[in-house]
Amino acid sequence: MKIIPFKKVLVPLLVVGSFSMAALVQAADTIKIGVLHSLSGTMAISETTLKDTVLMMVDEQNKKGGLLGKKLEAVVVDPASNWPLFAEKTRELLTKDKVDVIFGCWTSVSRKSALPVLEELNGLLFYPVQYEGEESSKNVFYTGAAPNQQAIPAVDYLMNELGVKRWVLAGTDYVYPRTTNKILEAYLKAKGVSDKDIMINYTPFGHSDWQGIVADIKKFGSTGKATAVVSTINGDANVPFYKELANQGVSAEDIPVVAFSVGEEELSGIDTKPLVGHLAAWNYFQSIEGKENAAFIKKWHDYIKNDKRVTNDPMEATYIGFNMWVKAVEKAGTTKVDAVEKAMIGVTTPNLTGGMAKMNKNHHLSKPVLIGEIQDNGQFEVVWETKGLVEGDAWSDFLTGSKDIIADWTEPTRCGNYNTKTKKCSGQNF
Amino acid sequence: MRSRKNSVVVSCVLFMRMTLVFLVLTVMCASVFAEESIAGNEKNQTLAPQPELSAVLTSLSQANLSQMPNLISAMEKLGLESTDPDMHRIIMAIFQAQLAGNLYYRKNEKQLVVLRKLDSSYEVLDPLSQKVLAFETKGQLQKIRVNNRLRKNLNASLARMTLLSPDVGLRLQAVDQLMTHSTDENLSLLKRARSNETDSTVREKMNIALALAALDSTDLESKQQAIVTLAGSLEPLVKAKLEAKLAKDDQGHFVEPNKKLRAAMQQALTDIEFKRRVYAFIETLFFGLSLGSVLLLAAIGLSITFGVMGVINMAHGEMIMLGAYTTYVLQTLMPDAIGWALVLSIPAAFVVSALVGIGIERGIIRFLKGRPLETLLATFGLSLILQQAVRTVFSPLNRQVVSPQWMSGALHVNPVLSITYGRLYVIVFSFLIFVLLLFIMKRTVLGLYVMAVSQNRDMAKAMGIRTEWVDAMTFGLGSGIAGMAGVALSQLTNVGPNLGQAYIIDSFMVVVFGGVGNLWGTLVGGLGLGVVNKFLEPMVGAVLAKILVLVAIILFIQKRPRGLFPQKGRVVE
Repeated sequence: MKIIPFKKVLVPLLVVGSFSMAALVQAADTIKIGVLHSLSGTMAISETTLKDTVLMMVDEQNKKGGLLGKKLEAVVVDPASNWPLFAEKTRELLTKDKVDVIFGCWTSVSRKSALPVLEELNGLLFYPVQYEGEESSKNVFYTGAAPNQQAIPAVDYLMNELGVKRWVLAGTDYVYPRTTNKILEAYLKAKGVSDKDIMINYTPFGHSDWQGIVADIKKFGSTGKATAVVSTINGDANVPFYKELANQGVSAEDIPVVAFSVGEEELSGIDTKPLVGHLAAWNYFQSIEGKENAAFIKKWHDYIKNDKRVTNDPMEATYIGFNMWVKAVEKAGTTKVDAVEKAMIGVTTPNLTGGMAKMNKNHHLSKPVLIGEIQDNGQFEVVWETKGLVEGDAWSDFLTGSKDIIADWTEPTRCGNYNTKTKKCSGQNF
Repeated sequence: MRSRKNSVVVSCVLFMRMTLVFLVLTVMCASVFAEESIAGNEKNQTLAPQPELSAVLTSLSQANLSQMPNLISAMEKLGLESTDPDMHRIIMAIFQAQLAGNLYYRKNEKQLVVLRKLDSSYEVLDPLSQKVLAFETKGQLQKIRVNNRLRKNLNASLARMTLLSPDVGLRLQAVDQLMTHSTDENLSLLKRARSNETDSTVREKMNIALALAALDSTDLESKQQAIVTLAGSLEPLVKAKLEAKLAKDDQGHFVEPNKKLRAAMQQALTDIEFKRRVYAFIETLFFGLSLGSVLLLAAIGLSITFGVMGVINMAHGEMIMLGAYTTYVLQTLMPDAIGWALVLSIPAAFVVSALVGIGIERGIIRFLKGRPLETLLATFGLSLILQQAVRTVFSPLNRQVVSPQWMSGALHVNPVLSITYGRLYVIVFSFLIFVLLLFIMKRTVLGLYVMAVSQNRDMAKAMGIRTEWVDAMTFGLGSGIAGMAGVALSQLTNVGPNLGQAYIIDSFMVVVFGGVGNLWGTLVGGLGLGVVNKFLEPMVGAVLAKILVLVAIILFIQKRPRGLFPQKGRVVE
């Protein structure tokens, strides 16, 4: 057996040893941030840009010196528009990668999949998309709009400003459109709209054959009474829907469509000529003038190295959520979820529409509501806005089951669905 | 010698003829140019804009959205009442520009201009003189805004102004607009225009618009006359108005007190409703055929490969997807000729998918003869590989495939029935493909070999047919057809890596239902499933309709496991 002199082994050993030590030291010194957005599948059209936004914010924070003396590291996973995969990936992020916070989800079904895992493993999720309400979890902060910050004001605009008398509620078949339409139906009936003036319709994700449905909408809207479509259609099914509307000659002046899930990003990949005049309701548009927004857009274009990429409402919500999380971590002095979660309540940070966003005790923000008309360059022109900020209401006042329920995560209530009449907490109680 | 002389004479005559033609053409062109320059000179000598028009145009550039409606009415009045014929044309042009979003205001010169987009640049026109002005950057221009409510006003004003236009199509559109807004002013305009109207379609529409208004009058005679005019009209407003007149008001009294009139209106309404039902049926049938033709295209390739080789090809959907991506690639290579790119992508997609299909057969399927489960797994794995390959090469996001101009829009047969062009072309295309495939199968050598091999492989081998070659060609043919289906689908749905997944299940459903290996079976199966789906959809919704169709097929298979048209003589494994 040949004896290898120690000298020959020493140098390689030292080199390998120092590298692994450095790696260990590096690993211990970063704060991990999970990014849980679909990068493929039917929702990729909407979610890919949010992944890029989080990466941009991480980059910017690292340039400012990181957080609590450590660098931030983003861990990106692709749940591929596959809802059960969201739960698996959340588990992977929390147990294997040990992230301290997750920015992610778009569809409510993806959030509902991830929720039990978050609550079991005590993770923290910032959810940046408009949704249907009826939820408030200790482990989730909702930086997107609740129905009273998007759906209800949009219906008010159609009813009061455009005099709409007949309503088509068209949505994709999952929890968000179903719940939102339940709320809107109750709201419309409370305003005196009769059953025969409301038409509700659901289609599967990625539905591409809209002939029959658009023909029905045409028929429904041809009675002489002003008709509008309230669309909760999500993902790339929107593309053939608007195309069919244009093909069958339904223009925005005849039957306007107000969409809740169509923003600048969804419009950037399609020919917007036939869509001009249709509406969308959000809390932010790229076309809003202001210092904060101009700076954000410039930062975004510099980071992504492409002047044609657009900004949209969920990006603003991600921006607000990230800044709030950073402030809460600095306030709490640690990234531990329990401390950060308590420190988040009351945190304020500037939004991109010229005001301040504040995290309320129900884990929702106060936001302005804007209605915009689609222009032929894929941007929106604001045609109406609320006078002030609207406080997010997690539990809708228009559904009998949730009228009396509030969410309050401050002491002494510490409950996500607290019934103010019976003074009981049903669900998470801490 | 003589022939050479003759040829010289002939060429001389030819040369003289050509010179003559050339001279004539030159003279014609010169005269046309001369005319144009005369016209141009005339245009340059247009009267200077009236003072009222200039004032109105200046205020238009400075008005906000709420002041616009009054301005628009003022401009319309100017256009209708002015004695200057150009005024009418100028104001209409301004309205149309504002509607299209092309009306801008030059901040430096304080002038209203119309923007016209050329292929890669812009052209700026003065609306008053139609002259092209010096173009500067778009930053100098401020857009005159417009919103939905303004568009309604603009459309109404344009309608009133185009009522006397020489173009029949524009007049028809104008009457449509005025029918929905039946103000007294609009009605009197219609009455005046009707007396000069020469086109029968337009006059008929005008009569209906006036009859609708007459229903509101108090004179019995005119109401009866109105009901006679409205009988059989498919305009949706007619149905709505008749229903409103036949309804009861809040106290339970009929809106129309006269019993005879009510009976007449009821009769008219029943006729209209019957007609509407017939046309609605035809429309749903069209939708069903359209969906069915898509299913047919997707499934027919699968039917052939399944029928001949007994191979369950789970990568069939990806052949469709590759065809759709071929269209995308060709469109990116030929961005100025979208229509031609689409036409060329049909043979291109066939070749691409066929080559991939032959590659699959030679590379994988050949080694798994007689092992259906392994083939299923192998092709499923291959479908995943192909999807990921496309995601890596192109992008995980959807790719935009543009529809050429002639594929957009619809043929409006009557107010109830519209046939969208895109879908119509796809139906015609799928029937052509079907006929082509039938021809290949029944009349060519390849078809003969394919049928022989699928009926009795060993016997065919014994007869000297190279079954291996037939297998490869069949797979190529089936995949190529799928590729062409992808071209059609690229016009109807999103083109993304998951396109194949959406159609593989439907393809198998059609093949199983229609009978394996039988072209007519696939035709009947595909069209039948499409029509049934579309008839169920308005009743139970899109999601439930699909579920019900699937359950029905499962039940059908219990009774007839071989499908509608089972293949005869096939060796069942």
